[in-house]
Amino acid sequence: MTTPFLSVRDLTVAFGTEDGVVHAVDGLSFDVEKGTTLGIVGESGSGKSVTNLAILGLHDPAYTKIGGEITLDGRELTRASPREMERLRGNKVAMIFQDPLTSLSPYHTVGRQIGETFRKHTGASRREARDRAIEMLRRVGIPHAASRVDDHPHQFSGGMRQRVMIAMALVCDPDLLIADEPTTALDVTVQAQILDLLKELQDQSGTAIIMVTHDLGVVARTAHEVLVMYAGRAIERGAVREVLGTPRHPYTWGLLSSMPKLRSPVDVPLVPVRGTPPSLINVPPGCPFHPRCDYTELAGPGLCRGERPELAPHRGHGDACYLTPAQKRTIFTEQIKDKL
Amino acid sequence: MYHFLVRRILGALVILLIITAVTFFLFFAIPRDPARLACGKICPPETLELVRHNMGIDEPVFLQYWHWLAGIFAGREFTYGHCDAPCLGYSFVNQEPIFDAIVDRFPTTLSLTIGAAVVFLLFGVGTGMIAAARRGRAADKIASSASLVGASMQIYFVGVLATWVLVDRLRVLERPAYHDFTADPFAWAGGLLLPWLVLSIIFTANYTRMTRSSMVEQLSEDYVRTARAKGMSSRTVFLRFAWRGAMGPIITIFGVDLGTLLGGAIITEQTFSLHGIGELSIKAVVNQDLPMLLGVVLVSAAAIVVFNIVVDAAYAVIDPRVRLS
Repeated sequence: MTTPFLSVRDLTVAFGTEDGVVHAVDGLSFDVEKGTTLGIVGESGSGKSVTNLAILGLHDPAYTKIGGEITLDGRELTRASPREMERLRGNKVAMIFQDPLTSLSPYHTVGRQIGETFRKHTGASRREARDRAIEMLRRVGIPHAASRVDDHPHQFSGGMRQRVMIAMALVCDPDLLIADEPTTALDVTVQAQILDLLKELQDQSGTAIIMVTHDLGVVARTAHEVLVMYAGRAIERGAVREVLGTPRHPYTWGLLSSMPKLRSPVDVPLVPVRGTPPSLINVPPGCPFHPRCDYTELAGPGLCRGERPELAPHRGHGDACYLTPAQKRTIFTEQIKDKL
Repeated sequence: MYHFLVRRILGALVILLIITAVTFFLFFAIPRDPARLACGKICPPETLELVRHNMGIDEPVFLQYWHWLAGIFAGREFTYGHCDAPCLGYSFVNQEPIFDAIVDRFPTTLSLTIGAAVVFLLFGVGTGMIAAARRGRAADKIASSASLVGASMQIYFVGVLATWVLVDRLRVLERPAYHDFTADPFAWAGGLLLPWLVLSIIFTANYTRMTRSSMVEQLSEDYVRTARAKGMSSRTVFLRFAWRGAMGPIITIFGVDLGTLLGGAIITEQTFSLHGIGELSIKAVVNQDLPMLLGVVLVSAAAIVVFNIVVDAAYAVIDPRVRLS
């Protein structure tokens, strides 16, 4: 068996705060292969972004404790030196952020911002970096790239800005691209364009993509595999078709049921997942989802409150829940399926 | 840029006009008679009338203001003699044209301001940057506490103390005095070194705090995170990205401070017996010397107004989102 391109094993990220230690990510494992997209979904505060910042080594070591292993192309990243990480960032691993307006420097031209990444990692001259920036702008579909290279971010529309962001991320042909809610701040029509663009660029270069989102529509559209996160842990994982088609975890059921549907009548109210996500300082014992779960009695008395259910370690479709496979199948077909 | 400057300068002129007019009319609201003061203890009514006439304060206030304004462009005639074109009036207390008095005192104030500004910008911004880079650690805590102490100092206290220790006791610094820069630059710097240091203490402290908080704020901005995410070194992130954003508020305050200082650092000048604009303004108030008061107010206001325009122009250079129109 070959080692996966990106492998995250038992990742833990904890922040020391005045109120106590926040266990933002707690024992997370997943793999991403080249040329594929992993969608990570979950509510705010489920640890999606924290995981990705850990891969890039962007947490402040003074306040953060990172455990576990992150292996990229055979290299261990959690113990890499700051200088090594600096050489890796923007070069082998690049990141796209949610809001392209605040994520681009308002003080520098887009050409300079794209070019300086290229210069930093390739040692190219100013001239070459500028040419490369124009080429990248053209690749991400910005019209009149040669004249727009000297414009500042505020002179672009939201969608165009996110294209600039993508051009900047891809300027060194990274092996891994982390897109942290890349379309959340954009208009719906522009969202589709950006997602198509990412897909197209992935087909050209074989980049691995981690797509972080809370929008299941985005996952369905772009991802090959999906990881559902809750309270810093993975609670369901598998191929997109399986996880979205026959979800097994009560939390995934809740997420899918809470989505608005085009075909349902307008007067049917949306059903949110009841309750609120747990505090990450005092994570409830057992399954972190049990206080919000409707099926704890079914799984067996005290089971959900006792030990923490583990995600089945094998590859393929897996989930972390004490319900038996037969119970899950029955509940899904009888109660959930019609609501989707 | 050109349109911006023309418009702002016209606007500045209007502001100056309003400020001088307000000063002028407020002065006459004071129920005291400058002529009586000029006339002396024993003053018969005829003499008082004559002094009034000579000082030009027997005319209606509006007319007096008009004469004052016209004098700036055309010069004026006084019984004491002619006052050349940029004529800001004649000080009957000092027996000299206001313009000459200001020109005479301005180099002292200018030297004091420039030297102090260099010191507090260098040390204040420098310390603030270090504190921001090492935030939460020892260097930051020392800088923060020291700046709090510095900001609570008073010039008249530190000034006297420093003069006693550094000049009288240890004899490491010269006694503060103004020497002409063009005649002897070393004597100029030597004579002003102590006032520069003392005047900068409070400013340095404030700039340290401001720079630190501004930098810390910028360091948590999304675009700074992006810069780190694309592999920029922490030095580049700090200087090319965060500092660029942190500069704005610092430049704004710097402009205001420079303008204020050029209007006369009154306490500093008094503490070190320097004869600058600040001293001039105190004397003008004490002596009810309206022409002098107007002249000093005009200089102070002009300095602040000019630096406001400079700050706005600088903003446009730093931040391309600011359009000068």
